[in-house]
Amino acid sequence: MNNSIALKSILTKEIQRFTRIWVQTLVPPAITISLYFVIFGSLIGSRIGEMGGFDYMSFIVPGLIMMSVITNSYSNVASSFFSAKWQRNVEEMLVAPVPNWVIVAGYVGGGMCRGILVGLIVTSVSLLFVDIQLHNVWIIIATVMLTSATFALGGLINAIFAGSFDDISIIPTFILTPLTYLGGVFYSISLLPEFWQGVSQANPIVYMVNAFRYGFLGISDVSLVTAFAVISFFIVTLFTIAMVLISKGIGLRS
Amino acid sequence: MTYALEISALAKTYKGGFQALKGIDLTVSEGDFFALLGPNGAGKSTSIGVITSLVNKTAGQVKVFGYDIDTDLEKAKSFIGLVPQEFNFSQFEPLVNILVNQAGYYGVTKSVATKRAEKYLKQLELWDKRDEPARSLSGGMKRRLMIARALMHEPKMLILDEPTAGVDIELRRSMWDFLRELNKQGITIILTTHYLEEAEMLCRNIAIIDGGEIVEDTSMKKLLAQLDVETFVFDIKVGATVAELEAFTQQSQAIAYRVVDDHTLEVDLNKTQNLNQVFEQLNSHHIEVLSMRNKSNRLEALFVSLINNKTNTKQKDITKGAK
Repeated sequence: MNNSIALKSILTKEIQRFTRIWVQTLVPPAITISLYFVIFGSLIGSRIGEMGGFDYMSFIVPGLIMMSVITNSYSNVASSFFSAKWQRNVEEMLVAPVPNWVIVAGYVGGGMCRGILVGLIVTSVSLLFVDIQLHNVWIIIATVMLTSATFALGGLINAIFAGSFDDISIIPTFILTPLTYLGGVFYSISLLPEFWQGVSQANPIVYMVNAFRYGFLGISDVSLVTAFAVISFFIVTLFTIAMVLISKGIGLRS
Repeated sequence: MTYALEISALAKTYKGGFQALKGIDLTVSEGDFFALLGPNGAGKSTSIGVITSLVNKTAGQVKVFGYDIDTDLEKAKSFIGLVPQEFNFSQFEPLVNILVNQAGYYGVTKSVATKRAEKYLKQLELWDKRDEPARSLSGGMKRRLMIARALMHEPKMLILDEPTAGVDIELRRSMWDFLRELNKQGITIILTTHYLEEAEMLCRNIAIIDGGEIVEDTSMKKLLAQLDVETFVFDIKVGATVAELEAFTQQSQAIAYRVVDDHTLEVDLNKTQNLNQVFEQLNSHHIEVLSMRNKSNRLEALFVSLINNKTNTKQKDITKGAK
């Protein structure tokens, strides 16, 4: 059995899915981020002044790109895998000799592709508002790849447990969005009182946003080693959970 | 002898305690056309679910062409093509994508899969719809799409769970021809259906499952030979009144006639009687037969009697237990 063909098939199907409905998947992030740039960057940002030694618009660009990557990687896998469960076409893979790791890798790969593609779109939009500088492109690539993989895995686990379409919107609404907004997208956590700085360090998105910002601006509220260690820990943990759930057939086999 | 499928002591208890399978044993030979029949909720779909790994078994063993699903699951899966009861494809994807992706899951390259997709879509008269989303197909087309999809990796065993449900008679017959041809090519076919005529016409061997237990497992010929009484309906030329026909049926002691109306007679024949006797009697009384047919499908009569026997036995056991 050639697993690479199976992996390519799942990945192709996933990419075909989100590109087929590009108006729902690729256009909204561009519009949303444009609004963020206009409101927080131009209108409010001009009154805020500098943050971390950069003008506010430049400071928030990496965070906004990362926010789009996180949201889209997560929601792509959550909605696609849950739809496959709901329409029962997940059975197409379950009856086939596809190893579980290939199913996980295929869906996560699809989520990463959408997250990164949206990230590129948002980056292109941001060029209309600000000149982007690159401090270390490898840090940018590594952070975006690992972060999109982390949240694609999260979306997969959410979809495995979900019993209805409501269940795949609860986590993004009540957990993901607050963590993202409190993850240093719009501010440096060094501005917070000491207690809240400590609390913020329990938020994994802080590490992702800061590592990504370092790639662009060369500044970070956390050490890069810690940031990559935290992201890696989440990837390993979430991958293990996803594998166990699929092997046991939780939410998939009766 | 190579078995396409060997099931032993297979049991499944769902969460909540419902025992869908109570330790069934079943073998299907390679190249067979096998019917698995049973009333709704008997355990047919659960059995298929376990064989295809869509349902986790509670106990027992399943081997597909000698490969145990506990130890060689991926190998066992590679031999099976499944046509499930419910539509289970993405409604939004074009037909060609559904087929090519499915083949990919079995390691078939895109170039080979594309050729096979064309072959099966043409054979199943879906080629014109190849680029349309699956949701645009009619019910019968969707069933054919699932057959095409199940064949994309050229399986050695095809399992069809009520493939002709809701399909019109013309299409059903063309599907029968298609399945017969596949079986001739050496593909083992396991079929569940509620159309007993379908099972009788297509299958060589049969198992009947009820309440999670196999109540019959034999060849179609042997099963039909168990039929004690067969009922025939005679359409007769109107001439005699109902009263006159009643008088004739009362005279006849050897053969059991029933008068339905002044142009219809029913006759119950057991194994020792033959139709010549009936025609001789009708002829001697100047009753002209216009046409004749079986009142019900022969297999249907047996099926009902087997299921009823089991139900009666169960009720007796309950009564004994109550005493």
